[in-house]
Amino acid sequence: MSAGSGNRNTNTEPWGSFDEHLIQGSGSAVVDMENMDDTSGSSFEDMGEMHQRMKEEEEVAAEAAATEDDSTEDGEFLGMKGLKGQLGRQVADEVWQAGKRQASKAFNLYANIDILRPYFDVEPVQVRSRLIESMIPVRMINFPQKIAGELYGPLMLVFTLVAILLHGMKTSGTVIREGTLMGTAIGTCFGYWLGVSSFIYFLAYLVNAQITMLQTLSLLGYGLFGHCVVLLITYNIHFHFLFYVLWLLLGGLSTLRMVAALLSRTVGQTPRLLLCGTLTLLHMLFLLYLHFAYHKIVEGLLDSLEGPNMAPMQRVARDVPELTVNATARSLGVLLRAH
Amino acid sequence: MAAAEEASRPFAGLSDVSISEDIPVEGDISVPVASSRRDEEFSTLDEPVKETILRDLRAVGNKFIHVLYPKRSSALLRDWDLWGPLLLCVTLALLLQGGAADSDDQGGPQFAEVFVIIWFGSIIITLNSKLLGGTISFFQSLCVLGYCIMPLTAAMAVCRIVLIGGSGTVSFAVRLVVVTASFGWSTFASTAFLADSQPPNRKALVVYPVFLFYFVIGWMILTFSPSQ
Repeated sequence: MSAGSGNRNTNTEPWGSFDEHLIQGSGSAVVDMENMDDTSGSSFEDMGEMHQRMKEEEEVAAEAAATEDDSTEDGEFLGMKGLKGQLGRQVADEVWQAGKRQASKAFNLYANIDILRPYFDVEPVQVRSRLIESMIPVRMINFPQKIAGELYGPLMLVFTLVAILLHGMKTSGTVIREGTLMGTAIGTCFGYWLGVSSFIYFLAYLVNAQITMLQTLSLLGYGLFGHCVVLLITYNIHFHFLFYVLWLLLGGLSTLRMVAALLSRTVGQTPRLLLCGTLTLLHMLFLLYLHFAYHKIVEGLLDSLEGPNMAPMQRVARDVPELTVNATARSLGVLLRAH
Repeated sequence: MAAAEEASRPFAGLSDVSISEDIPVEGDISVPVASSRRDEEFSTLDEPVKETILRDLRAVGNKFIHVLYPKRSSALLRDWDLWGPLLLCVTLALLLQGGAADSDDQGGPQFAEVFVIIWFGSIIITLNSKLLGGTISFFQSLCVLGYCIMPLTAAMAVCRIVLIGGSGTVSFAVRLVVVTASFGWSTFASTAFLADSQPPNRKALVVYPVFLFYFVIGWMILTFSPSQ
């Protein structure tokens, strides 16, 4: 009857049985290379969009069904209540529809959070292992390295960096004239994370590297783990040599990890140089900036924990002792020794 | 033959599923009339203002007690309100005001800063817990986080009193102990309410931002030093 091998027409029902819609053909599979990364966000984004489109279609269908019902009802009552009744009903209808549309718009805005939901789908073990892996560069650069596409870890690391920065600013008595301590800390950390991620993504787009925005956000976010550790140590132990060693070691390791991941996804010498050179520069300089800009050693005052604050800081040449320990640690040490 | 017949009438077996006529199906579908409730609502309009305020105050006080003794109850969650958090936030911000406030120096947190930190911190933690698959609603979470600031506010009051006596190593030690204890208490109390609404293996992911949030507030309290 019909063409195609293996087609049995078992069409016995008046409504056309299920067999009609069987896919005929030799069954060749098409692999979508775009979604090769199993952790890339693109499939989830598609799901989120599909979900929204389905919802909208449902709503439209429901509205259409509702208006159909109403119009039939109006036709019946027209004879009884006359024009006035119908007008009132129409107005009420319009108000109801407008209200419903507003509410659904607001709800969709709220439901936009659900688009972010897949990026927060992690387990604590995964977060811990990714934190440790962010300090270990992987040498394989001939095949695209897997980059986790999650936002929980990076977000928490940025907030942790904000907290550490606050601690550093407080204990060094940094004076912020235009603005607040908190605002500066949040602005710096979030600005770096979002801004540099976007910039790297833009450069990657220019040189045709295989990386998505989510992956740059995630990569850079986890790269801040090294910064957090270095700053936590050096904000409490003001030893310049120690800072430089840690800057090169930990900062360098996390930068190497990010660079290796980018190298594995870029083709060509110049693009690789451009992308990785920019990232290295920005990442290492950021750590340098965080240490020196927010942590000036003030003359005679190391923290705001003891005693009243002195006058705004004055710069006087003096000999900085080789190793200075944060006064918090010093007083804790005094306490412990007293027992 | 029988199989082909069965295949051609896939729903044949269902045709004789019916309720036999001799078993009467009867019942009463009715919606309970809400007129009595409407009467109650009208009557709360007529009550004296003192009663209304006292009722709200009693609810707030009840929740304070639940924070003081954090056991796994749902009282904080069932009827959430934001009066308590507002009260605590304003008190804390006022107590933190006037710390090392020279004319130019903005070393101490200003009122607006504390306010913004508390409310935006709470909002972010709530969003985070919702994104991680929490079953608690937005305002319930805000309510819990706000009420659990109470131990830290109490610690701030204690710190201020201790600082009147002087600001040496002893006072710093006392303040450190008090703030650490209250920070632990706050974190424990809020996780007692929030962690239940999460899948069991993700509790750590929700607890960490709460820990960070109260740590920042505790740090602000600890580093507070009054101006001369």
